[in-house]
Order: sequence, then structure tokens, then C-alpha cells
Amino acid sequence: MSPMSEFFAMGGYAIYVWSAWGLTALVMTANLLLPLRQCRKLRIELEQPE
Amino acid sequence: MITTALYKQFSREMLGAVRQPGDALAPVVFYLIVGMLFPLALGSDPRLLAQIGPGAIWIAALLAVLLSLHKLFRSDLDNGYLDQLLLMPCPLFLLIGARLLAHWLQTGLPMLLVTPLLAESFGLDYALLPVLLSALALGTPVLLLLGAINEALTLTSRGGALLALLVLPLYVPTLVFGSGAVYAVYFGENPAGHLSLLAALALITLLFAPWAVATALRISID
Amino acid sequence: MSVIKEYWHKLSSAKHFYPIAGALLPWFLIPALLMLIWGSWQGLVVAPADYQQGDSYRIIFVHVPAAWLSMMAYMVMAINGAIYLVWKIKLADIVAESAAPIGASFTFLALATGSLWGKPMWGTWWVWDARLTSELVLLFLYLGTIALRGAIDDRQRAGRAAGLLGLVGAINVPIIHFSVEWWETLHQPATVSKFSAPSMHSSMLTPLLVMALAFTLFFFAVLMVKIRAGILEQERHSRWLSALYAEAPETTTTYSPEGEPGRNG
Repeated sequence: MSPMSEFFAMGGYAIYVWSAWGLTALVMTANLLLPLRQCRKLRIELEQPE
Repeated sequence: MITTALYKQFSREMLGAVRQPGDALAPVVFYLIVGMLFPLALGSDPRLLAQIGPGAIWIAALLAVLLSLHKLFRSDLDNGYLDQLLLMPCPLFLLIGARLLAHWLQTGLPMLLVTPLLAESFGLDYALLPVLLSALALGTPVLLLLGAINEALTLTSRGGALLALLVLPLYVPTLVFGSGAVYAVYFGENPAGHLSLLAALALITLLFAPWAVATALRISID
Repeated sequence: MSVIKEYWHKLSSAKHFYPIAGALLPWFLIPALLMLIWGSWQGLVVAPADYQQGDSYRIIFVHVPAAWLSMMAYMVMAINGAIYLVWKIKLADIVAESAAPIGASFTFLALATGSLWGKPMWGTWWVWDARLTSELVLLFLYLGTIALRGAIDDRQRAGRAAGLLGLVGAINVPIIHFSVEWWETLHQPATVSKFSAPSMHSSMLTPLLVMALAFTLFFFAVLMVKIRAGILEQERHSRWLSALYAEAPETTTTYSPEGEPGRNG
């Protein structure tokens, strides 16, 4: 087994380790991006009042 | 001056229960019915019933207290009495305390009185009964007080299931210590540790909860 | 004395904190991202496999920081809720409101990663382990405050109610935690918590601590963004915000209706 595929196999625990880390990445990204988008939307509304 | 105000508050609540006994008894009947549901759901194996009995009785008590909370302030909110209460020249948390005491005497105490019936229906050992009763005597005021804080908070808000969502997580320690005390005796151990933790919990709650209920009422009504 | 007072007054006003939050954001976010990258590299690649749990223990590097953050965010929420309750500082309410969803999402994350760790270790997705159980109760406490806020229309009343509930919760969190641990020792004396490593090698401990710090900084970075969004939302009609962003009132008429790209996006 190449070192790369060995790394992704995680000693047979690949599903658990990668889904835990993947979920973490997902939650953190959503936590950061959603408020940033909301902030931008509100700012645009302020810059262009009807 | 303050004592007469408190006494008036207390007797007003008690008289209400005497005039409408059906209202006051509903939680007790609910308590018995929930207790009855467990054997119907789990089967009538006496050994199983004796084992789940203490936990089932605690859960029934917890739900019965939760169900009784809506009687605390709702009707007085509708008829405007609550607004007057907030203006009385007497510390609000004392008035709340008198009211909660009356409420416990109407719901908690009757629940204690019928507990031997429930215990017998689960076939609990008689040796468990004193611990079960003292744990309930210490625990039901805690349930009532924590519930009263949240009932006061949700008094003027939307949403029916909100109260249960807020209250039930806070009931975890009471449930753990309360049913733990009974199970300690069940497994032949000393329940003193559980009971003293429960007593400590009751003491903390008694100290802080009336103030918190008063604050919550002010938030909801002002 | 009056200098300090004035300083706090300025810091706690939305108008003054808005630019401060913007300036602080990169100072939280950039170190957080760098530490996340380094910690992930160390935790996933460099740290050796555990001699008992193999590679499955690598979940610890996200599970423990998430659990830590779930508690810390609750404290941030409760403290700010209490500040709003006592001193009626609007900014504290915005902070409390912002912290709740972040904390709830990390509580969920701690539960999910704990469950993903439990499956290979215990053979089931869920075990009534004391830590997992108190995380679950914590999640319900978060959902309760968020729901209470949502159920009250009046902004000020919602903030005060959520503040009081957070305070009651903050007193109860340690009691709940203790009671659940007490409960576990009673009912499952044989279970040894797999999460507690008796002695951790520094090659595992260092990335863990770095990840915990990274999560903490990340929390404050997100908090800054959310505070800015909250201020924008609340002070929408205030003059200082219009002065900051909008054109002068008379020039707004020059905008043609089709020239509004932001309103659709």
C-alpha cells in the first residue's frame, strides 16, 4: 500500500475518522460563511436604500 | 404588614383550590394515570415492575409537576391580578414564595399522599417507601420552582411545547438524585448520599428560584 | 476612574464596537486558520497511531475542542445575557444572541464526533457515557434559549428572558454535569470511559491543545462577524450607519431601479 492510500485508510477507521473531520470542516465553514454573507447583504441594503 | 400580605396571598390561592377542587386534583390524577401506563406498556411481570417502579414513579411525578405549571400564573394574567401583584408594596419574591407554597400544598402534597398506592401497584418493597417519599418531598419543590421560573418566562410568548423544552433539561439532576436514592435502597446501599445531594439542590433552588421567578414575571409583564 | 468608565461606555456602545469588531476579525481568524492547518497536519499525519485505538483516536483532535467550545460558548452567552439583564447594554444582548447558535452547532459537533468515535470503540453509536449525556443536555439547553428568543417578538423582552434563562442554565450546567457523572458511577461501574487517556504523549497532546486554541479563536472570529451583522440589523435606521455606508440622501434618487444588483443576491 502506498503511503498516500495508507493515510486515507486510517488503519481501517477511514469512515469514522474522515466523517468526523469532514463534519467538523462543514460545521466550521457554515459557521463562518453564513454570517459573512448576512453581513454583506445587510451592508448592501444600507448602501442602496430604496 | 408584609406577613398579612403574604397570608392573604397564600389563603387566596388555597381558597381557589377549595372552590375548584377539580382543577387542583388534575395533576394528581395525571400522576396516577402515567404510573398506570408503565405496566400497560411493559407487561405485568412483577419482577420487572418492581425494578422499573422507582424510575417510573419519578418520571410520572416530573410530568405531573410539568403539567400543573400552567395553573401558576395564567388565569391571574388574564384577569389582571398579576399586574396588581407586581405593584404591591411587598417584595415580589416573597409573594411568589407564598403562592408557590400554596401550589405545592395543592399538587405536591397530594402526590406524596397517593404515592403509596402507586408503589403498591408496582409491587415495590415496603422498605423503599420511606426513601421514595422523602426523595419526592425534597424533589417536587425543586421541580415546581424550576418549572415556575420557566413558566413565568414563557407566560406571554408564543408556542405551546416551549415550556417542556426549557424545563425538562433542568430536571435532570433532580431525577438522577431522586430516583438514585430509591435505587440505592433497592440495591441494598445507603441512600444518604443521594438524599443529601437532593437536599442541597432543594436548598439552592429555594434560595434563588423565588427571586428568579419574580424577575421572570417582571420581564414577561412589564 | 472616569477614564475607565468612559472607555467601557465606548466599548459597549454598538456604534463604537462595530469598527472594533471589524478590526479584531483578522486577528482572530488568521491565527485560527493557521493553527487549524498546523493542528490538522500534526493530528492526522505526524502524531503516531494509538497503541490501543489505532487511528480511530484521531477523532479526539476535533471532538475535544468542539466539546470545550460548547461549554465556553455557553458561558460567553450566559455572562453577556446577565450583563444585558442587569445593565441593559444592547451590545451584550447582541453578543449573547450571536453566541447561542455557534455554541449549539459545536455542541452538535461534539455529539456527532463522539458518536463517530464511539461506534468503533464501543460497537454502538450511542452509549450513556457521562460526557456524551451532559453534552446532549447542553444541546437541549441551547435549543431552549434559541427557541425562547424566537418565541418572543419584542426584542428587548426576548433578550432579557433569554438572559435570565441563560443564567439559570449556567448555574445548572455544573450541577447537571456532576449529577450525570454521579449517575454513571452508579449504573455502570464496569464501563471505563474510553475518552480519558491515562497519559498522553506530547506528540498527541500538543496538537490537541493547538486545536483547542484554534477552535477558541475561530469562535471569537465568527462572533465578531455575527456581532457586526447583529449591529447592522439592529441599528439599520440609525444615522451613524447611514453616514458610514449610504450615499447622501439626495443622491439616492439617481439610482435607477435596474441598477440594484445587491437586492437580488
